[in-house]
Amino acid sequence: MSVLLWAAVMAIGGAGSVLRFLVDGTVGTLAGRDFPAGTLVVNISGAVILGLLTGLALSHDAALLAGTAAVGSYTTFSTWMLETQRLAEERQQRKAALNLAASLVLGVGAAALGKLIAGQL
Amino acid sequence: MSESPASLTMPPLPGSSAGSIAPVAVPLRRRVLPRADRRELAAIFAGGALGTLLRAALSDAFPQRVTSWPWPTFAVNITAAFLLGYVVTRLQERLPLSSYRRPLLGTGLCGGLSTFSTMQVEIVKMLDAHAWALAAGYSAASVAAGYAAIHLATALVRRTRVRR
Repeated sequence: MSVLLWAAVMAIGGAGSVLRFLVDGTVGTLAGRDFPAGTLVVNISGAVILGLLTGLALSHDAALLAGTAAVGSYTTFSTWMLETQRLAEERQQRKAALNLAASLVLGVGAAALGKLIAGQL
Repeated sequence: MSESPASLTMPPLPGSSAGSIAPVAVPLRRRVLPRADRRELAAIFAGGALGTLLRAALSDAFPQRVTSWPWPTFAVNITAAFLLGYVVTRLQERLPLSSYRRPLLGTGLCGGLSTFSTMQVEIVKMLDAHAWALAAGYSAASVAAGYAAIHLATALVRRTRVRR
């Protein structure tokens, strides 16, 4: 519970948020803005990595820094919800439903895959 | 997201080709990466640091058993969704576009406060423990409450506007 540990949580959390912004923007530029693919890519890639970290049985501090701080801040729930609600508001219910279903199914699958890979290591 | 008016009036960053005379081929990195000025990234960093600290402190203070409802994650996610709905609607529809509030409060604070990956790992752990109803209930409740929070916050901002 040192000050240093929590300072590291903040620094890593800030860096994870910046990385999310850059990845989201890059995917958005490449894939177009019709579908929120950037957030999907961020969240699914983050779910794989967190699943992997979970399977590695890290120490408390390592799990806090690598899992909760780094991957936790890199992925986002709030933007996923905002983009879904805005799609539905623009009468694009199909895309909104697809965004919900794809994120949940791929997210759980990605986290399980990461955990599985960690078990093989 | 990055179309802030201030980025147009920003002085060219060191190393940018804005001041050069001869036409230079734009490097791929510059074409693909979003136009980001350093202050915008700094705002995201600051907000993300604070949001992550709040979320990490909460999850550290209230460790959850695998088969119990993950209140810390649920609470930060729904709170962040409400806050993001409020901030984004207010900045887009009520106030003139402010350069650094959205990256600071939206992308940074709300993004750092909420988490998708932790929620997915929690669901996988529930499934591993054969807590099917909990896994389904947690997924459905998170999506329903998160969606409702955005909707409510948006409506709240718009209602205030109509009244004035």
